[in-house]
Amino acid sequence: MQNKPVLLTILDAASIIVLGIATYLALVFAPTEAVMGQVQRVFYFHIGTAWVGLLGFVIAAVAGVAYLITKDSRWDRFEVAAVEVSTVFFFITIVLGSIWARPAWNTWWTWDPRLTTAAITELIYIAYFMLRKGIEDPEKRARFGAVYTLLGGISAPITFMVIRLFRTIHPIVIGSANANQEKMSMTGDMKIAFFFGLFAFTVIFIDLIWHRIRLGSLEEKVEQLKLKVSM
Amino acid sequence: MLLETTPDTSGYMIAGYVFSFVVMGIYVFSMYLRNANLKRDAETLESLQAEEAKKASSPKKK
Repeated sequence: MQNKPVLLTILDAASIIVLGIATYLALVFAPTEAVMGQVQRVFYFHIGTAWVGLLGFVIAAVAGVAYLITKDSRWDRFEVAAVEVSTVFFFITIVLGSIWARPAWNTWWTWDPRLTTAAITELIYIAYFMLRKGIEDPEKRARFGAVYTLLGGISAPITFMVIRLFRTIHPIVIGSANANQEKMSMTGDMKIAFFFGLFAFTVIFIDLIWHRIRLGSLEEKVEQLKLKVSM
Repeated sequence: MLLETTPDTSGYMIAGYVFSFVVMGIYVFSMYLRNANLKRDAETLESLQAEEAKKASSPKKK
């Protein structure tokens, strides 16, 4: 495996710093919301992780298309990295939403359209790894993964749009709400914490994807060595 | 007159942030572990390959 690039080391340090700043802005800098109290602060991480979660699923679909066209295994590694990192972040999103829902809606979970589509999206990508494990042939596995992420990628825009298309109790943060929906309003300081959170999670996402791609290269190398030794 | 007070939901907030950091920490640690294991596997396999190559190239004794 190649030595760690300097840029990746810088990105590691930047990720730790921006995560620290994002936490400070969310927990200390942003004012306490008057109706919900302190629990509203989980919203900054909830949105940040949701953003990179859904972004990664869309990126994986694009990487899947690129693999099907080029048959280059680098696209497969990129796709796996995007799905894995996004699945972790999207899991955090769902649990944070549930923690927020308990005092806000008086329940941990409800089968609201947004919550349902988010749960389905997460399950689709957990199944992706289980199914990949069951295919031995690397080429077949990559082709299957590419088609799967291409189809699974449809769930990301559906999850994003569902609160704008159906009647739901989930608040809308970005864009306009209709008469039946709750629109979340933010003060100036809340907006700073919110947008910095998005930026911080984007940096962390890129850093983790890069690490996961390098891990994928090492996995491939070990797989090839095993084949050579067993021959 | 009714006075509305902000509810104390700090326990939920703490739980949310602790959960986020624990999950991110576990993920980073799992990546570190997988990387270390794969590096060890690669080294072992490379030494095996080198041994096999050495055996194949050395003349057979009668």
